[in-house]
Amino acid sequence: MIRLVPRTETAPVWQVATPILAVLATMIAGGLLFAVMGYDPLAAIRTIFWDPLFGQAAAYSRPQLLVKAGPLILIASGLAVGFRAGIWNIGAEGQYIIGGLCGAGVALAAYPGEHWWLFPAMIAAGAAGGWAWGMIPALLRNSFGASEILVSLMLVYVAERCAAWMAFGPMKNPEGFGFPGSRNLQQYPSAANPELIAGTGAHWGVFAAALAVLATWVLMSRHIRGLHIRAAGLAPRAARFAGVRPEALVAFCLGLSGALAGMAGLFEVAGPAGQITDSFGSGYGFTAIIVAFLGRLNPFGILLAGLLLALTYIGGELAQLTMQLPAATVQVFQGMLLFFLLGFDLLTRFRVERRITA
Amino acid sequence: MIDLTTLIPALLIAATPILYAALGELVVERAGVLNLGVEGMMIVGALAGFAAAVATGSPAMGFVAAAAAGAAVSMVFALLTQFLLANQVASGLALTLFGLGLAALFGKSYEGVKAPAMMAGPMGLNWMVWIGFVAVAAIWFFLNRTRPGLILRGVGENHDAAHGLGHPVRRVRIAAIAFGGAMAGIGGAFISIAIVLQWTEGMTAGAGWIALAIVVFSNWTAPGVLAGAWLFGGVTALQLRLQAAGVAVPVQLLSMAPYLATIIVLTLISARQKFSRRAGLGAPGSLGQNFHALR
Amino acid sequence: MRAEMNESRQIFRHGATLSPTCRTVQLPAARFPVYAWNGLTKGTNLNAGIVFRAEGIGKSYPGVRANDDVSFDVREGEIHALLGENGAGKSTLVKMIYGLVQPDDGRMELMGQPHRPSDPRAARAAGVAMVFQHFSLFDALTVAENIALGMENPPPRRDLAARITQVSTEFGLPLNPARRIVTLSAGERQRVEIIRCLLQNPKLLIMDEPTSVLTPQETELLFATLRTLAGQGRAILYISHKLEEIRSHCDRATILRGGRVVDSCDPRAHSARELAAMMVGGQMREIDRTGRSAGTVLLDLRGLTMAASSAEGTSLKDVSLSVRAGEILGIGGVAGNGQEELLAALSGESLSAPGSVTLEGRDLSRAGPEARREAGLLAAPEDRLGHAAVPDFSLSENTLLTAGGRKGLVRHGMIDRPAARRYAEAVIANFDVRTPGPGTAARALSGGNLQKFVIGREVLQAPRVLVVNQPTWGVDAGAAAAVRQSLLDLARAGAGVIVISQDLDELLELSDRFCALNEGRLSAPRPTEGLSLDEIGLMLGGAHGMEAAQA
Repeated sequence: MIRLVPRTETAPVWQVATPILAVLATMIAGGLLFAVMGYDPLAAIRTIFWDPLFGQAAAYSRPQLLVKAGPLILIASGLAVGFRAGIWNIGAEGQYIIGGLCGAGVALAAYPGEHWWLFPAMIAAGAAGGWAWGMIPALLRNSFGASEILVSLMLVYVAERCAAWMAFGPMKNPEGFGFPGSRNLQQYPSAANPELIAGTGAHWGVFAAALAVLATWVLMSRHIRGLHIRAAGLAPRAARFAGVRPEALVAFCLGLSGALAGMAGLFEVAGPAGQITDSFGSGYGFTAIIVAFLGRLNPFGILLAGLLLALTYIGGELAQLTMQLPAATVQVFQGMLLFFLLGFDLLTRFRVERRITA
Repeated sequence: MIDLTTLIPALLIAATPILYAALGELVVERAGVLNLGVEGMMIVGALAGFAAAVATGSPAMGFVAAAAAGAAVSMVFALLTQFLLANQVASGLALTLFGLGLAALFGKSYEGVKAPAMMAGPMGLNWMVWIGFVAVAAIWFFLNRTRPGLILRGVGENHDAAHGLGHPVRRVRIAAIAFGGAMAGIGGAFISIAIVLQWTEGMTAGAGWIALAIVVFSNWTAPGVLAGAWLFGGVTALQLRLQAAGVAVPVQLLSMAPYLATIIVLTLISARQKFSRRAGLGAPGSLGQNFHALR
Repeated sequence: MRAEMNESRQIFRHGATLSPTCRTVQLPAARFPVYAWNGLTKGTNLNAGIVFRAEGIGKSYPGVRANDDVSFDVREGEIHALLGENGAGKSTLVKMIYGLVQPDDGRMELMGQPHRPSDPRAARAAGVAMVFQHFSLFDALTVAENIALGMENPPPRRDLAARITQVSTEFGLPLNPARRIVTLSAGERQRVEIIRCLLQNPKLLIMDEPTSVLTPQETELLFATLRTLAGQGRAILYISHKLEEIRSHCDRATILRGGRVVDSCDPRAHSARELAAMMVGGQMREIDRTGRSAGTVLLDLRGLTMAASSAEGTSLKDVSLSVRAGEILGIGGVAGNGQEELLAALSGESLSAPGSVTLEGRDLSRAGPEARREAGLLAAPEDRLGHAAVPDFSLSENTLLTAGGRKGLVRHGMIDRPAARRYAEAVIANFDVRTPGPGTAARALSGGNLQKFVIGREVLQAPRVLVVNQPTWGVDAGAAAAVRQSLLDLARAGAGVIVISQDLDELLELSDRFCALNEGRLSAPRPTEGLSLDEIGLMLGGAHGMEAAQA
């Protein structure tokens, strides 16, 4: 008979080991899935996890790592703060889209003037847009007790339709030959978010992500508000007793994660994506949830997890090209990863004991 | 401009997927479990149902397969939350992400395939619409008039007390999760087999999340779920009519209506629950908490 | 009701047993005329039926021997006390009898048959019923539904409702089967538990610390009911650590210490002090009340009125009080009468109307917890795990919840971790908190040790006024004495202390003045000196449903 005994001390070994175990288990389960689907499992795993960094096309795919990891890390850093407090913003995708729309809106309004202040203004607009979109569930929860989970998620669908509307309507490129989609901001120097260090893929968003990791680390492990946030997630009444106002905390967490997601959207629209299209939302907001959990809600963990999931994106694309593996494989992979992670998480909270019962 | 005789059937049809999914989730939540994986279970059901219906030529077989598939994927959630004691919010989310990916992966070969003819019942509506009404009554009766229903409510209200009295908390919850999965699967299959009549990626488009909101709206009662599903069906049907009638509002903005309506209704109902002084109203006491009998 | 009682006397006379020493159940005769039991012990029989017998019961948990070689028996018609400190193994023992856990060694017998229930259902089927300390009730469900959930084969709804009404009236515990539990008082909730047991017609009824939520009058009523039940030939196993209660109402006592039976005796033949010594295994610590004098008024509450924060909460109605330097003010009352709300109004978790909370002339009614702590008003809530402390935080992190400002553990928002660790070590050392160190998670501490830590964390901050709610609830005797002494020492040093408690003995021991909280209203304070238990009972509002019971 197997029984679970709650741990009395935190187990740092397992804190680090469980994500690694989860990744290994995902590789094994993924390999089985590939085998069932008729692909060579070892080749598929190698194509996804090895080739993007060290394979033949690595020169092209390696910079993509930071391009993809940047928004994931930026969004996940904000989400993790809220998750620690038990505030579930799962609508980061919507905040990302609105941030992109607002930032692009500022750029398109200024077009074609070249101003030094344009890009900073776009960043501010992107952050403000994401913040405002995040504040809707915050306000509804604080004032009426509406679930922030459901409201923030519903707002993703609303934001997606906003993007489609903008792409087909107000933001449509007048010189775009009738195709939906805005002007390409990469071709607008004041508004562009270019690769800053050639060959690395690092654009402003990547630096913002690094900054976000540092800032959330200071907040969560060195600042009293971070301690309050953690207390609120573990024991809401104790946090209240310590002096936390739950309403302020909800607004802070949803606002922060919204602003970071909005900035991620802005960096994307001004950089890698280049324009607003009806499919601007590309799933970063959802994948960032996995990143946050895989990183164990720890800023530096998130950094590593973001790089890993970026790798699965790039590897997935590569496998699509070279092995004709369906695009959705990556999504299944990411879902499985989260499953295994949540399952193995048991080991950090409980000791598993085997008892022989007579 | 808008003909009620066609609007009402359209409403009932649009309401049905949500009705099934929300009824299933109602039972799950009444047992004290919050499964946010409804969307994922629906899309898996939509694909499995569609595939089975195409393979057998029988939509009825499609629904059976959808229920089985929905229940099967829900068992992953049950394993995580009931045995491995994982966080229910995160596990539900994982189920949704996984389900969407799984369906996209295996759905590729069904794109462009046509579904077999639907099962027309009275008034030209699909039989499943009518069975949905029966399900509302049956679930109400089960929860309020039967002993297993009472035990299920007890488990959801206070799992420690239920355990103390010797009721099998974990078994009840696993059964409820499986039922919720089956109902979500049926709801999803209704979209692919009876409404759209083909498979497209991501076709549930948030219906699972709306179903979750409707459970809150219903104040955790079966008749309330029916009312919520109708409200949602009405908004959807009306919005589609307006699109067809060529109203001078962009299509994209009109199609926001069901989501905005859900937010508004959720807010209003949450406010009522928050400010209501009536005791014993609202969510089950142990909702979303994991149960671990230590000693 | 009277008829029923006569019937039970009949049973009594016809040879049902009580131990020969059962004679004097002291009840205020005027209030409970039917329960005067004097002289009813004729014809009792020592050899008559043993209902339950345990032989050499043992049970181990990882690192703990919860029960070791426990043997005792419970006889027909007796109220048998199981006495012991928190952690002595009482709960584990009764859980085995009730089938919630299985013993590792030994054997049990019920009515002469081997008793080894695999789950509570089996135990109930065998004739064991149990009333839990923390009620196992379902708040949103009705009385009838709650009772049905505790029965194996409940009758149809209508019949069940009728039987509940009938049985509850018979025992003088009137209950409306259609009411939801949330609307009931603690005493009424306990009735639901008892009726749920009675409908099973049990041979052995286990009561786990049933009086911790009752007023003195409700307690008397409960014992009267238990006596009736015993008179019907049932056996009652009564778990408690309240010595007076056991001395006045129980026929025999089995005393557990450290998981072993240390003695089995007639509780009436021993003084409370002797019983306590057996229970604790040593001399009780004396409390030193000396050296205090009341100074100037520190804290002043004027017309504090506050709506309940939730549907189950109690609103505070026009509460006024003042606390002087060096004084301990005791606030008694049955749980759920506004204690938590009062603590929240003082700690700053709830804000009140301007002018209603004043500390040394400073209006704090609109200040939050952090500002109040800065001003010198500190609090320690009842719930140690989850309110006073975060269970998953280390002790050092837990100091930061309240001591960040006054102890300089936080500067400009940044945490000084070494300072927090040092402060945690200071609390551990000064309050004799048994723990491996400040890095231990709060939930790993025993109740008594965590309570010492939580109280110590506030006391060492040298508050002007300290408010504590239930400072020794569920705490072993040694830790309770230490906590009480620290409150007295704090008052001696010139601070004002408010002790909110349900333990009247504790309030009488500590406080200079006493007032009672009843349904959110606070009575006028009275000097504790010379106050009798009966007077206090009346101050507590006579309790819920007493009128019906006395009719």
